[in-house]
Amino acid sequence: MNEIVVEVKNLTKKFGDFIAVDNISFKIKKGEIIGLLGPNGAGKTTTIRMLLNLISPTSGKIIIFDSDLSLHREKILQRINFSSSYTSMDWRLSVMENLIVFAKLYNIPFPKEKIEQLLRRFEIWDLRNQRIASLSSGEATRLNLCKALINDPEILFLDEPTVSLDPYIADKTRRILKEIKKERNLTILYTSHNMPEIEIMCNYLIFLHRGQIIANGNPIEVTKKILTEEKEKPDLEEVFIRIAENKI
Amino acid sequence: MKLYRIIALLWRYIYLMKRELGKLSEVFYWPVMDVLIWGFVSIYLDKTNQQLNFFASLFLSGMILWNIFNNTSKSISVSLLDDIWSRNLSNLFASPLNPMEFLTATMFLSLFKIFATLLTTSFIALLFYSFNLFTLGISLWANFINLVIFGWSIGIITSALILRYGTKVEDFAWSMPWLFTPFAAVWYPVSILPGILRMIALILPVSYVFEGMRGVILIKTFLWDKFFWALGLNFIYGILAIWFFHKMFKSVKEKGLLTRNG
Repeated sequence: MNEIVVEVKNLTKKFGDFIAVDNISFKIKKGEIIGLLGPNGAGKTTTIRMLLNLISPTSGKIIIFDSDLSLHREKILQRINFSSSYTSMDWRLSVMENLIVFAKLYNIPFPKEKIEQLLRRFEIWDLRNQRIASLSSGEATRLNLCKALINDPEILFLDEPTVSLDPYIADKTRRILKEIKKERNLTILYTSHNMPEIEIMCNYLIFLHRGQIIANGNPIEVTKKILTEEKEKPDLEEVFIRIAENKI
Repeated sequence: MKLYRIIALLWRYIYLMKRELGKLSEVFYWPVMDVLIWGFVSIYLDKTNQQLNFFASLFLSGMILWNIFNNTSKSISVSLLDDIWSRNLSNLFASPLNPMEFLTATMFLSLFKIFATLLTTSFIALLFYSFNLFTLGISLWANFINLVIFGWSIGIITSALILRYGTKVEDFAWSMPWLFTPFAAVWYPVSILPGILRMIALILPVSYVFEGMRGVILIKTFLWDKFFWALGLNFIYGILAIWFFHKMFKSVKEKGLLTRNG
């Protein structure tokens, strides 16, 4: 249970003079759901993109499954996946066609069975022959999650995965993710601006502000660290507002 | 390099062609229009000016072979543009797919398209002008290889520029092959070109290809020296193109443009 699957060491990303991520270090244990939080521009998405090798770090190291990501990219990416509200799949192809392409990219045996199982789980099986362009944003978000689970990843990076879902579907999606996590001891790194969702989903939080980690720990530890007044329960909404208002 | 990842991308292009039949216009429609229009022009010139022997053969084979280079190059860079337009690059490169597999898939795709174009335009030339391109024999395939390799190189360089500078340079996908046309000496000999332009022509493999093609039609001789010059230059351009793509890909990842541009 204490196996470290991700280790980030002194990670920094500069875009010219702008420091997006400033010397952060953290570890993720197998089976944890970690919340990576912070206001817009805090460095969450840049961190996730570096963990996916879509952006090269300026300095620092990313170790996943005991291997350096910069040296063992293909081997590591075969075992992880992501879903982001900021990316989409080919809008000209159907749901099924897109997922078949990704199943083949990950060399999944019996791709159609796997795809059917995922689409049914996220209740979008009826949309399998529809073009991506015709999907609502909520349907596209659920499709992105199906893509993210196509290779049975051991680590899942989710960048605001429920941002365009209505409360009912968002709740259902969270439940499915928790079920899958339980079934397979999946590790999840989760970003969201929805603090109640983070309280439900995550057992460990990393709060970023201006590229730096300003607090980490479980929700109550982070609440106590950031808010000066005594709190008995986590209050991440208030923590978030204080950080965004620069009142810490 | 994993073959299954290359095949996965080829499946995607097949789905895309099935969904967007308009994409086939670059394979069939434009090359056929070129051959029809310029074929009849050259037949007319052949009939009105008896001094212009072999004009139709020179013009038609030039047109068909030029389309091979043009379409190979376009096919590579338009494949990348397809992923940028659909904002799919992040999904692709967050998978184990590597840039070389991506390029190899686009190269295979271009080969399918080029064979389709070659067969269609050759059939049109045979049907309307009784011109059988395949009588060029080994020289046709030797020229074909050199044109495809140079088309790949230019397509890869164009793709690298599009990857780096985004859709603001997307027109390069269509305009870049034309940049080489004046120096390629498709329809006139290199000797026609003035000093500096001739120098440029001599460092481009395509000029040797078309000189070689004229050799076969006019003096019925396959000019091996032209073939090997083209092949040698292609080797250099091929290495440079792959190096340039890798350099741009690295720069794009450092600047965070892979997620911004696609």
